[in-house]
Parts: sequence; structure tokens; C-alpha cells
Amino acid sequence: MYAFDYRRPSTLNEADLALKAMPGAKLLAGGQTLIPTLKQRLNRLPGLIDLGAITGLDGISRKDGTLVVGAMATHYAVANSAEVKTAIPQLANLAENIGDPQVRNRGTIGGSLANNDPAADYPAAALALGASFKTNKRSLTAEQFFKGLFETALEENEILTEIHFPVAKRFGYAKFANPASRYALVGVAVAETAGGVRVTVTGAGADGVFRVPAMESALAKSFAANSVSGIAVDTKMLGSDMHAAADYRAHLIGVLAARAVTLAG
Amino acid sequence: MSKVSMTVNGQSVSEDVEPRMLLVQFLREQLLLTGTHVGCDTSQCGACVVHVNGRAIKSCTALAIACEGATVTTIEGIGSESNLHPMQEAFREHHALQCGYCTPGMIMASIDIVNRKGHKLDEQTIREELEGNICRCTGYHNIVKAVGAGAAAMAKTPA
Repeated sequence: MYAFDYRRPSTLNEADLALKAMPGAKLLAGGQTLIPTLKQRLNRLPGLIDLGAITGLDGISRKDGTLVVGAMATHYAVANSAEVKTAIPQLANLAENIGDPQVRNRGTIGGSLANNDPAADYPAAALALGASFKTNKRSLTAEQFFKGLFETALEENEILTEIHFPVAKRFGYAKFANPASRYALVGVAVAETAGGVRVTVTGAGADGVFRVPAMESALAKSFAANSVSGIAVDTKMLGSDMHAAADYRAHLIGVLAARAVTLAG
Repeated sequence: MSKVSMTVNGQSVSEDVEPRMLLVQFLREQLLLTGTHVGCDTSQCGACVVHVNGRAIKSCTALAIACEGATVTTIEGIGSESNLHPMQEAFREHHALQCGYCTPGMIMASIDIVNRKGHKLDEQTIREELEGNICRCTGYHNIVKAVGAGAAAMAKTPA
């Protein structure tokens, strides 16, 4: 790991000032992706600003029809939260299947979403549920937030603070985990909200998380697992790598979409 | 260098560290607690598992300086040679190790499983929960048996 400066602010305002004072510095949440990246010298940063000492960023609560999850809530906290289990049970299940227990004890929802790994689980849920992203400056929709591989709309000096999930009528998430990393080789989320039906895919898109309009309209007509059978996703928009070819990923999308519909109930 | 203070195995420690020092390096190289091991560079093997504020984490994937004010427990902090922790005793009894390299992490992870899931653990739960710990010797069967037995034994022993 290359050397870096370190700050441990105790308020969001101090974190904001630290970001301004150290151009190019990054925010440290749970560090379960960032620290391995730094260890392997895949990244070199002038500074790290640790959000771990700021209180009030890890709360989970329900406000009317919205589940509000603090950006520093760990995967363990989301998986075991009574509020999450009641409001969107399959979101708790998604969190329970990220990585391994030690990663879940330390990794955070905000860190995962801000990193926007194309194989991460949360982006599929956030886009399917139509989540909104609160920062220290503004609010973004999921469509605005996700920009492509490892890229989001967050600006250099912007700090993600809360994710607001509308409580869905139904929500299901099914993934085929890479057996080594537990990242999604393919993951499919299906949600029925006041805004309609959404089907989203992570792990497979050449440009990150994406929606599948053909499956959405089929499910809007009939919300049943067999509604999505035979609907193919264009392999040109899918990634191919040592873990899986695009046509295999396309096949998995169909299988997992049907499973997600069943899980959504 | 920056100052970091934490409680490790019940003792207050305060040391100067570089910000880039990992918790596992701090434990092994600064405090000479070499029971916590490093088995990989990719946060996957679990040989470095310790408890921070009561939860199992990979100490190779946390900065020492970010553990300011934390309570840390390592394998050295749970029992002694003459008075093994019930989970250590179960690993010995069930021959749940061969080379022993992964064992400290396995035991710290297993105690965390008991803390979260209770004393009655079925085989499926144990196997799923050991996702983050890799053993290259045993084939896991005896580890799984040991965790189940250790979990039950922990119910009978005051913590």
C-alpha cells in the first residue's frame, strides 16, 4: 500500500472541509473494496477521509412508505434489521448473501453503492425499487445515480448519506453467485411499486446495472414466473469474461428473473 | 505517524502508526500478537479474523488507525494453554486442524457465529457461515463438527 494522509472527521461538515482541503482524497466507509484495492497498489490516493467516526450515518428507519437506510449501515445491519425484514424482506435477504460474514460485518450499503461495482447486489435493488440517494448536497434518483462501470453521479466533494427505498408491493432478488467471490455472476431484481413493475440486472451488463423493459411489460400484464420465459436479452449489451460468456449470462438472466418473480410472491 | 489507541485483549494500547498500517500488521508487528495470521492478499482466506467491538472482521482489511477507540479480541485473548476456550477445546477434540494455519481465524469466526446464531447450529448453517474462512488441509468435515460441538459447549461455560 502506498502512503496516504488520513483524516477522521466527527461531523459531515468536517468531512466536507477535509475533502476540499485534500484534492483527490477518497472517502473510507467499510473499506471492503477500497482497502484490498490499495493493498494491491491498484490505486494510489493522496488521502483517505474515514467516515467511521461520524455518528448518525448508520440508522435504519421507516417513514410512511419509505425505508430509509443510512449510508454507513453495514450489510449485517441491513440483513438483520427488523424494519428491513418487515418492509422489504428480500432486501434483507440480499444483504445476507453479500460476500462472507466478516465482510458483512464491516462493509456498508453506501460504500457498495458509491463504488457501483458492476457485479454488486445493491445496485439492482436500488434501481428496481426506484430508490433515491440523499447526499450532503442534493437528492438523486437511481437512474441519475448509476453512470456505468464503477461510476456514479457523485461529485468529488459529495458524500452519500442516506438511501430511500420506496416500500414495494412486491420485491424479489435472485443471484447466481460467483463461487469464489460471492459477487453476482448475474443477479436479477424484480419490483412492483406504485411506479409500475421494474426488472433490473446486475453482474451481466457491459455498462453496469440495467433494466429489461420487455420483461417489465410482460410482468405488468401478468406477474408470474412464466411471463418472463422466452424473453431474451441482447447479448451485445452483456459482458463476457473468464467467469462467464455473454450468452451464458443471457441464459442466467431468464432463469434468475423467473426465480426473482417467485421470490417476490 | 499518527497516534492510535485501542483496547486489545483487555489491555489499553496506544501506539504511533502510519495511516496505511493494517490492523493485522499492528497486531502482529507492533504488539507481537502473532496468533492472528495472514494467508492471502485478497481478503478471502479468513486466517486474520479477529473481533472488533464484538464482531468478527478480517484484520487484513481494516486500517489500524480506523480502529481508534475500538475493543479488539484476538485468538490470544480468548483462552490459555491451561484453560482453552470451549471452541479451542472442540477443535482439539475433533481434530479440526492439520497444519493449524487457518485455525485462529476459524476459531474467531466460529465464536462470532455462536454470538450471532446461538448454540444450536446445524451443519448447513455452519458450512454457510464459514464462507469467509479457507482451510487447505482438512476438507472441512472435522471443522464443521468442531464448530457444532464448540457452540454447544459454549452454552455450558460462562463467557
